[in-house]
Amino acid sequence: MADSDSSEHAGDYVLYCDRENWKDLEPVPQDDGPHPIVQIAYSERFRDCYDYFRAILKKDERSERAFELTADAAALNPANYTVWHFRRILLKDLGKNLQDELDYITEVIHDHPKNYQVWHHRRVVVDWLRNASDEIDFTRLILTHDAKNYHAWQHRQWVLREFDLWDAELDYIDDLLEEDIRNNSAWNQRYYVISKTSKFTDEVIAREVSYTKEKINNVPNNESAWNYLRGVLLDTEMYKYSGLMTFCEELFSQSIRSPHLLAFMVDCYQEMLNAKCEDKEEVLAKALKLLKGLEEEYDTIRCEYWKYLSVTLSSKYAGKLEQSSS
Amino acid sequence: MLAVNISFRSQGTPIKDASIPENAPTDLFLDKHRDFIAAYGAKKDDYEYVLTEYLRLNGVYWGLTVMDLMGALDRMNKDEVLEFVRQCQQPCGGFSASIGHDPHLLSTLSAVQVLCLYDALDVVRVDGVVEFVKSLQQDDGSFYGDKWGEVDTRFSFCAVACLALLDRLNAINVDKAVDFVMQCMNFDGGFGCRPGSETHSGQIYCCVGMLSIVGQLHRINADTLGWWLCERQLPSGGLNGRPEKLPDVCYSWWVLSSLKIIGRLHWINKDKLIKFILATQDDETGGFADRPGDMVDPFHTLFGIAGLSLMGQANIKPVNPVFCMPEDVIRRIGVKPQLL
Ligand SMILES: [Zn+2]
Repeated sequence: MADSDSSEHAGDYVLYCDRENWKDLEPVPQDDGPHPIVQIAYSERFRDCYDYFRAILKKDERSERAFELTADAAALNPANYTVWHFRRILLKDLGKNLQDELDYITEVIHDHPKNYQVWHHRRVVVDWLRNASDEIDFTRLILTHDAKNYHAWQHRQWVLREFDLWDAELDYIDDLLEEDIRNNSAWNQRYYVISKTSKFTDEVIAREVSYTKEKINNVPNNESAWNYLRGVLLDTEMYKYSGLMTFCEELFSQSIRSPHLLAFMVDCYQEMLNAKCEDKEEVLAKALKLLKGLEEEYDTIRCEYWKYLSVTLSSKYAGKLEQSSS
Repeated sequence: MLAVNISFRSQGTPIKDASIPENAPTDLFLDKHRDFIAAYGAKKDDYEYVLTEYLRLNGVYWGLTVMDLMGALDRMNKDEVLEFVRQCQQPCGGFSASIGHDPHLLSTLSAVQVLCLYDALDVVRVDGVVEFVKSLQQDDGSFYGDKWGEVDTRFSFCAVACLALLDRLNAINVDKAVDFVMQCMNFDGGFGCRPGSETHSGQIYCCVGMLSIVGQLHRINADTLGWWLCERQLPSGGLNGRPEKLPDVCYSWWVLSSLKIIGRLHWINKDKLIKFILATQDDETGGFADRPGDMVDPFHTLFGIAGLSLMGQANIKPVNPVFCMPEDVIRRIGVKPQLL
C-alpha cells in the first residue's frame, strides 16, 4: 500500500542522518503524545526523513537543502499537508523557478492522482505563474486514466473559469460521452459549461434536448442522461416540450422499461395533472399504472419510493377528481 | 441504425457492483469489533498508521465514537486521549491532526467531537476554537479548510457543526454560509464541493447536515434529492457515492444519514443494505471494510456500525445522523438539528 515501501531499499538513497551536509542539525523525533494508539515502528527511511523535516520546521530553516527535503518527505507521504505548506513558503522565499515546480508536481500527480494536497499545490503554482497553457492537456491526460477523478474535474473547472478557456470544452465532453455514455462527470461538466457560457436559452435547450434524446436512444437505462434532460428542462414544462412525450411513448412501445424512462413519464403526467389537463382520470390512471410497474416489477429495490409517489399522486389528484365529477 | 439500437438494448444493462460471497458473515460480531478498535495501532509494525499521521485526530474520533456506540468507551484511555487533544490545539485556537502539524477545520471538528464525547470541553480554549473557525469564513460565505485557501462544502459543515457543538453559531454569518451551500446545489437535487462540482454523496451529507443544523432544510427539494440518494442502492444492497461507482460502507453511511435527515430513510431496502454491511465484516480480526472481502479499518468500522445503528440494530446505541455521534451525547449537549 505504501508506494514508498518499494523504493525503501533502493541502493542509492542515503538516510539524512548519514549525510555530511545535515550533520549540523539535531533531528526531532515525532511526539505522538501519551496516546495509547500511536506507538508505531516507523519505517527507518520515513522516520529519518521526518525527523529532519521537523528539525527544519522547528528552526524555520529556509534553505535549498530544506527545499529538497520537502520533496523526499512528500514522496514518502504526499498527504502530509504540512510538508506542502512549507514547500510553498520555500518556493516563494527562495525564488524558485515555478515552471520547474509545475513539472515536478506533474510527476507527483501522475503517481498520486487522487490525493487532494498535490492538486491544491498545482493550483497554487498555476495561479502564481498566471499561465494555464498546460492545464487542459494535463487534466485530459489524468481523466483518460480515470474519467471520474473529482480532483481533476475541480482543477479543470477552476482553470476554465480563471483563464477563460471555454471554447473547446463542449467538444471535449462530446468525446468523453462518445467513449462512455454513462460518464456522470462529463454530463455534469456539460451542464456547467453551458450555464457559464451560452446559458440555457430556448435554442440551447432545443439543441440539448435533441442531443440527450439521441444518447438515450442508444442507451435508454442511463441515469445520468435522464437527470441531465430534467436539468435542461428545469424551468420548462416537460410534457409540453415538443416531441418529448412522443419520444418517451415510442421507447415505451418498443418494450423499454427502464425505471428512468417510466419515472420521467410519471413526472410528465404529474405536470399535466398539475396544469389541470383534460381527461384527468385517464392521465392519473396511466401514471399509477407506471408506478405500480416500477414498484412490483421494474425497480423493486426502491418499491417504497414508488409506493410513496403513488400515494402522493392519488391523494393529491384522485380526491379532486371525485369532487369535480360529483 | 435501428438494428444497432435494438441490439444495444437487448444487451441489457451492465451494472458495476460488488458481489457478496456465499460464506460472507451474516451475524454482527460486536465483541470482535470492540477488540479490533481497542487494539488498533498497538501493532508495532503498522506502517499504515504512520502514513495516516495527518489524520490522527480524525482517527481518534472514529475510534472513540464507534466504541461509544458499541458501549465500550471505557476501554479507551480517557486521560491520554484528552492530553493528546489538548496538545493538538495550536496558538491560533484550531486543532492540528497531530502534535506539531498545522491546524485544520477537519481535525478541529474531530477534536470538538472527541471533547463532547467525554464532556470535557473545559480541557481546551473554547474561545480560541471559535476564533479559528470564524477566521476561515470568506466573503461569499464559504469556508477555507485552513490558511491555504481550499474551499469545500465539507468545511461549511465542519464549521457549523463545530460551532453548534460549542453553542457559538452566532460567531459566523450563518445566512451567508447557507447561501454558499445553496450555490453548490446541482440540477439533480444533489450537492458538490463547490458551485458547479458534480453531485457526490459525501458532499450531500455535509450540505444537508449543515442545513439541518441551522434549520434551513426547507431550501432543498427533498423528493428529488431523496430519489437521487435512493438510486445509489445497487442490487448487492450496498450504496455508492456517485452513479457508476462501486458500493462502499462509508458511502452507505453518507447516503443513509442524508436520507434520515430528510425523512426518507424508508425509501431504500434496509434488509439488503444490512446484509451488505454485515458482509464487509472480518469475522476473525473484527472490523468492517469498504466492500466484502477487503481490508478492514477503523473508518469503515465506524460507518458500518453507525449505519446499522441508524437502521435500528439492537445492542448499538442510537446514532445522531447529523453529527455521527451517539444520540445521548447530542441530547446532553442540547443541540437540536432539524430532521424532516
Ligand atoms: Zn469507503
